[in-house]
Amino acid sequence: MMMLGLGSVGLVLLSLAVQSGHGAQDSDVWSTEETTERNYYTRYHNMSDITAWMEQMKRENPDVVSSMVYGQTYERRDITLLKIGLSSTGRKKAIWMDCGIHAREWIAPAFCQYFVREILRTYKTDTKVNEMMKNLDFYITPVLNVDGYIYSWHNASTRLWRKSRSPGTGGCTCYGTDLNRNFYANWGMVGVSTDCCSQTYCGTKAISESEARAVTDMLGKMREDILAFLTIHSYGQLLLVPYGHPNISAPNYDELMEVGLGAAKAIKAVHGMDYTVGTSPDVLYANSGSSRDFARLIGIPLSFTFELRDKGEHGFELPEDQIQPTCEEAYAGAHHIITYAHDKAFYSSAATITATLWTTLLAAWVSSATLL
Amino acid sequence: MGWTLLILLVVLILVQGNPTVTVRTGSGPPVGSDQHPNSVPLGEDTQTTTEGESEVVEKVMTTGMLNPSHYPARRAATVVQHYLNTRYGSPYRWIFLSKVHSGSAEDVAEMGRKYQLELTMQEMISNVSGQCSAELLFPGGEGQSAPQVQASCEGLLQSNTTAQEEAFYQQHRASNNLVSGNNIPDSYGHMETSMKPFWQLAGVASSFIMLRESNESTLYNMAQVANFTQLETENDQLRFNYHVLLHEMISQEIIHWKLLFTWSPEQGVKVLQTELQPKCNHCEAPPNTTN
Repeated sequence: MMMLGLGSVGLVLLSLAVQSGHGAQDSDVWSTEETTERNYYTRYHNMSDITAWMEQMKRENPDVVSSMVYGQTYERRDITLLKIGLSSTGRKKAIWMDCGIHAREWIAPAFCQYFVREILRTYKTDTKVNEMMKNLDFYITPVLNVDGYIYSWHNASTRLWRKSRSPGTGGCTCYGTDLNRNFYANWGMVGVSTDCCSQTYCGTKAISESEARAVTDMLGKMREDILAFLTIHSYGQLLLVPYGHPNISAPNYDELMEVGLGAAKAIKAVHGMDYTVGTSPDVLYANSGSSRDFARLIGIPLSFTFELRDKGEHGFELPEDQIQPTCEEAYAGAHHIITYAHDKAFYSSAATITATLWTTLLAAWVSSATLL
Repeated sequence: MGWTLLILLVVLILVQGNPTVTVRTGSGPPVGSDQHPNSVPLGEDTQTTTEGESEVVEKVMTTGMLNPSHYPARRAATVVQHYLNTRYGSPYRWIFLSKVHSGSAEDVAEMGRKYQLELTMQEMISNVSGQCSAELLFPGGEGQSAPQVQASCEGLLQSNTTAQEEAFYQQHRASNNLVSGNNIPDSYGHMETSMKPFWQLAGVASSFIMLRESNESTLYNMAQVANFTQLETENDQLRFNYHVLLHEMISQEIIHWKLLFTWSPEQGVKVLQTELQPKCNHCEAPPNTTN
């Protein structure tokens, strides 16, 4: 009777199977000591470095960090995320962050690395981060467009590559699809090109690209658990909320704007930088098929695109001496959104009522069981 | 009593859904299901026509007061930035848009669209900011015609660049030591200190192109100097051949231009020739090395 009761009292258990990454570790240029130095996070790193770094994060924090390969790129490379959180027996809510969907936006993977390091560095001492690590798992993809990122490191003439590296079809000799136009979210409608040579080529059809498919599948599996979806880009200093189509409004537009403006305020408090908040059609341009829109459409309530520094002076080639300040301010913005999402899930009145009801019923049952 | 409570607990588990996450059921993301009567922002109307497989969304341009954080004001303000650089830019003076305070736009019959803007601009080397009032006209009608800009600024040009410009000019006017460079900034955003004035000069010269090429559907920035070569000084003007990469934000394209221009402290930048470089589509094939 007791066992049955305890079993029914506990949350329905369904642990996610987690696989460790099996990436090749051919570049250990940075030693363990060096990567723990601040110096490491003030430099851009190529894909081998980042892969080795992911392994190192797992090695150094085995209780809280694991990795998952959740797809393959066109050139058959692994797409890997780090899952970070204090382990629990229950099913946990999640925060999703991906970086580097556009190859040339190097500051984005740098930020994902910084973000991971920061939560690992502070979760033992910072009560809020600790609480969030207990209640949530962070799913962080440092480089989503692995093929494109590697290509952008090849030489100076490839540095400004944006798209994936799948070849064109139907006689078109150019390469690549814009992954952020390839998602099943009003696909192909606005802000896209059907010319495979174009930088905003949306692909032959929605989720034609394996990279977009990988994210789509993961989000589909996890959608009930994801509280916030953050996708990191550069440049422009913007926080974009869904949707990219000018005629469609997210049902919680007001909430998204409020949270976004709060994040922009947190960003400005760090180094005085202004980040503009709004829908893409309002503050930048209309677009469709973005991952941010897809996340919102499948029900993830808080979905944001971060466009990091700068505003055009250096553009994609942001100097390395700006990596740290950019990451610091972006972290403040992300932290604001994640805290809001967390507190809403775990401190909202509905959640509190449910928790109180649980506690009351449990107490009553235990006391009545004891009396019998 | 115990059984009743047990049943209640079980029911609670089964019934409990997350109060904060809206889960959509159904086969796929619905299109337009979030359509909301108030979703179209005030002042902007969109008309949708269906052409074959894809929807064409036509935009009727915003008229009247502009939202300073929305793109129409920002694109127009960037055009003002390019204009100011063509007028006042030098190897030691490069102006960037800092903030749009207010703006308005209107259709002008048979001429195009006129914008009026109040802006803060920042000179990047001295960090001095100034307030600017600007008026610009995007010509309507057929053919690509450059926007016409008028602007007046207060406090922006405070920094005294005369000494630096003169020193730079004297240093490079002799023909025995012509300078050249490439990939400025490099992939990591770095550039040699000695290259910085050449990068800034490129920004100024590129502004002539960016100004000329701008319309209400573009937003230009200079992405990089691919390479440059200093030519023999002629008529006391430093002369340069530059290959620059411009980033056009709305199309996300990188557009290659070659320029021939001169500069001196008195005359400023004079662009002699510009040449659009065709996009090299066959250059995109994977490299032989695999990583």
